[in-house]
Amino acid sequence: MNFDFTEEQSMLRDSVARYVQDSYDIETRRTIADSESGMSAAQWQTFAELGWLSVPFAEEHGGFGGGPVDTMLLMEEFGKGLVLEPYLATVLLFGGLLQRSGSDALAAEYLPKVIEGSCQGAFAYLERQSRFALNDVKTSATRDGESYRLSGEKVVVFNGANADALIVSARTSGEQYDADGISLFLVPANATGLEVKTYKQMDGQTVANITLDNVEVPAGALVGEAGAGMALVEPVVQSAIVALGAEALGIMAQLNAKTLEYTKTRKQFGVAIGSFQALQHRMVDTFMAYEQTKSLLYRAVCELEEGADSAPATIHALKVMVERAGKLIYGEAIQLHGGMGLTDELDIGHYAKRLMMINATFGNGDYHQGRFDELRCA
Amino acid sequence: MDTRFSPEDIAFRDEVRAFFKRAYDEELQARLADKSSFKDAVVDWQKRLFEQGWIAPNWPREYGGTGWSPTQKYIYESERAAHGIRDVVPFGLQMVAPVIYTFGNDEQKERFLPRILRSDDWWCQGYSEPGSGSDLASLKTRAVLDGDEYVVNGAKIWTTYAQYADWIFCLVRTNSEGKKQEGITFLLIDMKSPGIKVNPIVSIDNHHSLNEVEFNDVRVPVANRIGEQDKGWTYAKALLAHERTTIAGVADSKRGLETVRQEASQEINGGVRLLDDPLFRKRLSDIEIELMALEFTELRVLATVASGGAPGAESSLLKIKGTEIQQAIQELRMDLAAYYQGVLPNDLSAEQLGHEFGSAARQSYMYGRAATVYGGSNEVQKNIIAKAVLGL
Ligand SMILES: Cc1cc2nc3c(=O)[nH]c(=O)nc-3n(C[C@H](O)[C@H](O)[C@H](O)COP(=O)(O)OP(=O)(O)OC[C@H]3O[C@@H](n4cnc5c(N)ncnc54)[C@H](O)[C@@H]3O)c2cc1C
Repeated sequence: MNFDFTEEQSMLRDSVARYVQDSYDIETRRTIADSESGMSAAQWQTFAELGWLSVPFAEEHGGFGGGPVDTMLLMEEFGKGLVLEPYLATVLLFGGLLQRSGSDALAAEYLPKVIEGSCQGAFAYLERQSRFALNDVKTSATRDGESYRLSGEKVVVFNGANADALIVSARTSGEQYDADGISLFLVPANATGLEVKTYKQMDGQTVANITLDNVEVPAGALVGEAGAGMALVEPVVQSAIVALGAEALGIMAQLNAKTLEYTKTRKQFGVAIGSFQALQHRMVDTFMAYEQTKSLLYRAVCELEEGADSAPATIHALKVMVERAGKLIYGEAIQLHGGMGLTDELDIGHYAKRLMMINATFGNGDYHQGRFDELRCA
Repeated sequence: MDTRFSPEDIAFRDEVRAFFKRAYDEELQARLADKSSFKDAVVDWQKRLFEQGWIAPNWPREYGGTGWSPTQKYIYESERAAHGIRDVVPFGLQMVAPVIYTFGNDEQKERFLPRILRSDDWWCQGYSEPGSGSDLASLKTRAVLDGDEYVVNGAKIWTTYAQYADWIFCLVRTNSEGKKQEGITFLLIDMKSPGIKVNPIVSIDNHHSLNEVEFNDVRVPVANRIGEQDKGWTYAKALLAHERTTIAGVADSKRGLETVRQEASQEINGGVRLLDDPLFRKRLSDIEIELMALEFTELRVLATVASGGAPGAESSLLKIKGTEIQQAIQELRMDLAAYYQGVLPNDLSAEQLGHEFGSAARQSYMYGRAATVYGGSNEVQKNIIAKAVLGL
């Protein structure tokens, strides 16, 4: 039993923490969020130079060979700075799918480019009707000689506006809700028949709806086995949920620290508002919520690393806790800041909005609680 | 005890329905939704209500009130909310007017009340200051008498709609000795006075309704003072209790819940309607049960008021429960919108976007966080109940 980080892991965490502190203040972030692409190419290049884009990839592809602990540390620090750059979309989802796919040619072609920062990626999985069901896929891929033809629509694609290449889930057989028959394809963003419509989210992220009108890709664009896409998607999404949990934990730490600080300095009735017991107990609750989230996150990371059978249930539990603790923590942070908490100028609201979008991503608390119940009460 | 409607009540309800259907037309709704025409559209709508004679249900008859029974007021509110009609802007009609007709002199009543009724003047509320929120009585904006004028210096903050306002009602400090509540004066200030500056504050919902209002040597005639100098706190407190009886928002919450129920019947996850999902259902019915109770709590308070009782600390209960329920409904709608809960306004149509209500849910959820802060925060309301009701 050991909850210590290795020296390498501590160095990674410190380097991200220092960077976020020195080069990613709230004004920098605001400028990036307001820009058309919603990310900074210069920041991304620095991430590449610092080696962060290589963290989860195997050494054979030029990666750092890191595991869930390394990703956790990185994402937690990104959370503290509300980093907008598409680490989740490009490295963890696009890169994660390629790395696990067994499609060696594609991995060898794309992963080095991801690592050096010259390729932006996205995973286009969501459809307007699909909500949290990853298996609810209507987009179709039809075999046509040596190629496939893709038609359909993907929505709220993270980094969809900036991606050079996308991995798209499409149905090669079966019915709308079947888990079997879903295949993944690597589609260049400039493919004929692919159209991108971009819009912004409240957390500063720029996302896109993508329509595919008879887009032709070669058979070699298949990521993983035909019809077996879900077996590839599930573990990648599980890892992504844990990474989002780490990002959320970083945000919660900031919200709690800033709120605690505020209640010590804001005076009403001649005293610091933190001296009111009614507020003290609420801050004790948010402190405990943070600790509970951290514990489930560590539990999930360890089980993932160890390949434990219990990992899927633990990851559902983590996502439930992230939402429960997150809503409590951002709710109290806004409330205890009074009018100040309601302004766009203060960073509190921006942390809250990112937590809200994390809750919605890959299934909210209710959804994961339902899945957890299925596993535990069946 | 009897809560059934009489035939006269039913006839009244039908009359209200017919009016709303006719007067709250699509053209008006479109103008209300557009930021650039918002103010004019609000004024137009309120003028239509004035012409109908329904603009001020809570005012005494002699000043232009409707003289409705509590049942009629209840019916009117329910129908307003059910038609998705926004409540009137409260600052003139519901906040300063009761102070003027209760504590103002005849000249002030004649000068201000008819213009408020006709929505000729837009009012805003200048109470809070950067250093004085929950502890409002500590306010520092100073007014010094100079001949027959006060000279006002200081700053107010969180002033809703100050950018539209013709008038602001303010609490100002006229005396720094003795108890802090005893040196406060209630002034009506023309927003066109030299020395007033309005600075916008963008709120968490990405909109501009809040402002900071600066006063630099602003001269205010003594004739604009309500009641006596240094007695403003008494007048303001009476008004705060008034603000709270309408704050429960039961009728709007009922409509909000129905909207969510309707939307949940359209939202599908893995082939199952959200409305059939046991976890979602439980959250929906948890809220509805609280709301059913609150509706009767509000009726009980209104009945007490109608039979001559004062709305006391019970109005704090309405505020706390009412805002908790509003926020719970807004939160449920956000969860329903799932990935689309974060959408900011953009150029895409709902059809292109693939979703109908994400951006609307976001806006009301984000702004809705304020309901537990303004009008006396919920923590402060709990302090009031602890002290005034429970004697702690
Ligand atoms: C959207 C919005 C619109 C508004 N519109 C107007 C307007 O038009 N005109 C106007 O004058 N004002 C307006 N306000 C201001 C509002 O009335 C104040 O925000 C409110 O009184 C709280 O004051 P504060 O923001 O200074 O918070 P603070 O008083 O600093 O409170 C911070 C936190 O401490 C808590 N707290 C304070 N004292 C205690 C205590 N004794 N015990 C326990 N907890 C305590 C509060 O509940 C809050 O959670 C508006 C505010 C908002 C958010």
